[in-house]
Amino acid sequence: MILVLLDHDRGEIDPLSLRALTAARKLGQDVEAIVICSDGAALAAVAGEYGAKLLHVASHAAITDYTPMASGRALKELVEKLKPAAVLAAGSPRGNEQLAHLAAFLDIPMAAECSEITLGSPHHVLRARWAGNLIESANVHAELLIATVLSFSTEPESVNGAPATLAQFEPALEPADSVVKILSRDAGESKGGVTLNDAKVIVSGGRGVGGPDGFGNLEELAALLGGTVGCSRVVTSSGWRPHAEQVGQTGTKVAPDLYIAAGISGAMQHIAGMKNSKTIVVINTDPEAPILRYADYAIIGDLHQVIPALTSAIRQAKG
Amino acid sequence: MDILVCLKRVPLAGGTLILTPDARDIETKHLGFGISPHEENAVEAGVQLVEQMGGTLTLLTLGPSDAEEQLRSQLAIGATRAVLIETDGQEWDPQGTAAALVEAIKAEETKFDLIIFGAESADSAGYQIHIRMAHALGLPIVTNVKSMKVENGTVSCDRVVANGREHYEAPLPAIITVRDGLNIPRYPSVPGRMQARKKTVEMKKTEARIPKLEKVTLALAPSKDKGAEILGKGADAVPALVEVLKQIGAF
Repeated sequence: MILVLLDHDRGEIDPLSLRALTAARKLGQDVEAIVICSDGAALAAVAGEYGAKLLHVASHAAITDYTPMASGRALKELVEKLKPAAVLAAGSPRGNEQLAHLAAFLDIPMAAECSEITLGSPHHVLRARWAGNLIESANVHAELLIATVLSFSTEPESVNGAPATLAQFEPALEPADSVVKILSRDAGESKGGVTLNDAKVIVSGGRGVGGPDGFGNLEELAALLGGTVGCSRVVTSSGWRPHAEQVGQTGTKVAPDLYIAAGISGAMQHIAGMKNSKTIVVINTDPEAPILRYADYAIIGDLHQVIPALTSAIRQAKG
Repeated sequence: MDILVCLKRVPLAGGTLILTPDARDIETKHLGFGISPHEENAVEAGVQLVEQMGGTLTLLTLGPSDAEEQLRSQLAIGATRAVLIETDGQEWDPQGTAAALVEAIKAEETKFDLIIFGAESADSAGYQIHIRMAHALGLPIVTNVKSMKVENGTVSCDRVVANGREHYEAPLPAIITVRDGLNIPRYPSVPGRMQARKKTVEMKKTEARIPKLEKVTLALAPSKDKGAEILGKGADAVPALVEVLKQIGAF
């Protein structure tokens, strides 16, 4: 049996977890899922739809919201009881963190960001390194495989399964397990509305935008397409835009339907964060810019002319 | 307050990577070395805290003896001293690395109030060393911190996520991992560099452990040129792009 940790934000599933469920199903064994926190029970339908027959729900008075060490403890308890062949989760910051707590509790290896998993003795994985630019072939020497699934390496596939049966349990937590947890939230730097993670269209600017003022045109285009603005690292480190908008290895990894990269040359750390976008359009003055290798369409030219012209042409076409 | 920052020497590569003939490492003959991006923020955070509250900032790394170069350059930023656990140059797996770092921390006379890591290394992206250390040292850990404050024996941290900020707190002593954007790392000053030459880099040795996550080989990720269709030059190409956007249903 393969156990998959489904991550969620107050009962709303992280879509990357569905990719982990799909990857688990491809290992040819039964799949069960686990959610941490009682509001995770809302995930029974989606867990079933993507192939989990059973959804274990770890509830405890001390787990009021995301509590990573407690997740590790709950996973450990369930793993010791059910003895799965592998525990998988999404290769997201949270997925990696919670499984690392499990691996630390059990003192066994963990393979993060795997694009391919073969169970055996030893287990074998292919995993992404160097912002996805290198693939490591590695053996994992442990009876239980703990691995996270590289974001976007597997497309989620529904099996139209019936809602998963709920199996509630209360993990035996130590006081230290729940010391670190989300205490509160605020909208912070995000502008509300469309975020990088769920935007269907991202209009991203780099050094070529020239300064904070240049982003006005990008914002206008993004709004017209119902999307949001992103940027490269140089933009945030120059203080032109807030860090929440940064796309790339040190920012957010995205895969929208349309990614327009304007004035971005394409350091591999930026490419790592956007190369899985469905359609990539590049606007750049340099016909040799590395980002062109990843583009579907390109205009060689100055974004300060192209973007306003594009905005008004779309406006006209929309009528 | 006494702070420890853990660093890793990594090759500085922005363009195309080349592998060694045995495909086990990156060819670094033509590359410079530095530390991972988030770690510059970790050092800056440590220096700022010592400036505000007094105390010491120790740097710790595990790597080849050449990693002294990275320690010296961060000592020039304002760290007090540094410790280098010397390896044979081979890459260690996360469990082995965490165990060696824990051993070194336990051997220290200083009991650190705060241990800071960069959120992820540029090269291996294992996402676990800091968590294993938190377990081994019995410390609370907050990861991916984008802003922080230390007050009344507590580190209070924010993590930036897609839909805003999440707030966490941990009583000291604690471990945190920080992200790019936490602060703006300063450049070393000339006096800073002079002083760094005189500061201590303590060399330590430890036994290599058998890797449980065993690297076999590396390969370059397939990045075949998608063969972008060049729609034209400048604003003249806009009508062609509008057609494409219509076709893919962007509006």
